[in-house]
Amino acid sequence: MRYIEPHAHMVSRTTDDYQAMVMAGCQAVCEPAFWAGFDRGSVEGFRDYFRQLTDYEPKRAAKFGLPHFCWLCINPKEAEDVAFAKDVVALVPEFLECPTVLGIGEIGLNKNSRNELEILEMQVDLAARHDQMILVHTPHLEDKLKGTRLTLDVLKADSRIRPDRVIIDHVEEHTVKMVLDEGFWAGMTLYPESKCTPVRAIDILETYGNERLWINSACDWGVSIPLNVARTGVEMRRRGWSAAAVEKVLFDNPHQFLSQNPRFKLP
Amino acid sequence: MTRQQILDLDYLDARSKLIDIAAFLDRVDRAKGEADFRLAALKTALRQLAESTSSDRAAQTLLAFSDPTKEPIAKAPGKGAVGAWAGASDAAN
Repeated sequence: MRYIEPHAHMVSRTTDDYQAMVMAGCQAVCEPAFWAGFDRGSVEGFRDYFRQLTDYEPKRAAKFGLPHFCWLCINPKEAEDVAFAKDVVALVPEFLECPTVLGIGEIGLNKNSRNELEILEMQVDLAARHDQMILVHTPHLEDKLKGTRLTLDVLKADSRIRPDRVIIDHVEEHTVKMVLDEGFWAGMTLYPESKCTPVRAIDILETYGNERLWINSACDWGVSIPLNVARTGVEMRRRGWSAAAVEKVLFDNPHQFLSQNPRFKLP
Repeated sequence: MTRQQILDLDYLDARSKLIDIAAFLDRVDRAKGEADFRLAALKTALRQLAESTSSDRAAQTLLAFSDPTKEPIAKAPGKGAVGAWAGASDAAN
């Protein structure tokens, strides 16, 4: 089984995870910038993080034969301090020409505050000015519905943004339709306790079709399963999906979306 | 797949998860002290699920826990989410 892991926070994972992913058929991994579990103390801390994402982590992945790509931004959990966030956003363009950078992400909202919204709008503008693709994080649990609506409003209000170059991640049953109906791509994140599970992701695919949808593990420093995309492929087969139908969702779809950036090339 | 095939594949898993919920509610009952809005939200969602005849139960259950308001809040109170919207119990009171 071939698959692409389009959203994984590999800086938090071990080399055993890299090895297991490759053995399971992973062909490439993409890493959006995110929260470290604590607020970084300085803008320079972000510079180091962006260096890690654009320089060190691709080399670490390459030791296992796995192409590594990334997305850059300040994540919404650190956007409440607007002045600090603006300084980080100003840093991002320095890294946009790095050969493995795919776009701006994962931007979005966390608690749906005005400050988060201001930084979201600023990063959407950054993406538009630099002709970058966008990967959007939608909020957790009780905040997801409202955050998804607010995010769609921001994206739709900017005429420079093409929905087919934006993926809105972490959709669930109550948000997937509004995302797809507006022409955006939608990502389903497979977590043990929140977001989606493999069986529910397959339900969503069987309900809404297999176009403009991808699945990811979003594995990070919390409770998460780096092989959950591959496990979902196994579950699809158990539910009677053909091998070609599995590959369409696990490999072809992320490949189609990500290849809009010419930097996304697989060996 | 037929309904029979789905039952063959997933019935025991669904049954197990339902009993886990029942045991969780028993555990909360046995414990001391006050519960909070999360327990009320869970019970409301369970009632809605039991009465539902629509085929979008997962979406409706998620909506039962969701913040339905549309305006951004002035300031983030923290970073985490707890799984249910506190405003539902405020609105009911």
